[in-house]
Amino acid sequence: MSINLKRRVLLKGSLAASTLGVAAGAGLLAPQAVLAAWNTDAFKAKTEADAMTAMFGATEAEASGAIDVSAPEIAENGAVVPIKVETSLKAESISIVAPNNPSPMVSSFALGEGAQSFASTRIKMGKTGDVIAVVKADGKLYSARKSVKVTIGGCGG
Amino acid sequence: MANSMKIRAKSKDGVADVKVLITHPMEGGGRKDPKTGNDIEPHFIQDVVFEVNGKAVITASLSGGVSKNPYLNCKVAANAGDTLKVSWTDNKGETDTAEAAVG
Repeated sequence: MSINLKRRVLLKGSLAASTLGVAAGAGLLAPQAVLAAWNTDAFKAKTEADAMTAMFGATEAEASGAIDVSAPEIAENGAVVPIKVETSLKAESISIVAPNNPSPMVSSFALGEGAQSFASTRIKMGKTGDVIAVVKADGKLYSARKSVKVTIGGCGG
Repeated sequence: MANSMKIRAKSKDGVADVKVLITHPMEGGGRKDPKTGNDIEPHFIQDVVFEVNGKAVITASLSGGVSKNPYLNCKVAANAGDTLKVSWTDNKGETDTAEAAVG
């Protein structure tokens, strides 16, 4: 009798635990409050123009002196190239494009309320070329570029 | 993928400098395994969401063109004591979340 009772308790306990597990799992799978969905077309695009069209619906971005792109002049290791983008424009998004990469659209930061117009990360570069920062502000596109000389490419094997 | 992230957030004059380091292979695909000659399948983080006190402030979309073990640095309006939450999701549906107090 007492053994049976314990069995009940144990079963009940494990059932409760598994329900909790399912709930936690569902919570993780629930869509997060994202500001921008991952743009498959833009990131899969093979040319700068296609990537720009998929991301912004336009290929032209006005060159702007208000955008500051920091990148090394010579990157000894193309697998890790630090990039920093800063602008006095009120940016809605900052995207980093490497036209010579197999997939030029490298990353894009969607900046919501409370975010400063700043983004920095480390990217891979297959070969020497420009890094373009595309800033969307007031519904318009602005860009600035910096040339990076890559000694050892970071895309191929 | 627990503890895949290191977060540092330091506030000065109402703006927090947020630095995140994530442990992830960031394999873009298109490479071949030098030993077997087989294609290495893509495995990279797609979305990183930054939340301050439960409100999404920045969504960073990444590709396989971002370096292995990605480092992200951004700046958000936040004061010391605010809660910063960072969550990432990769192309295989793996995900991780971490929280840090703004210092």
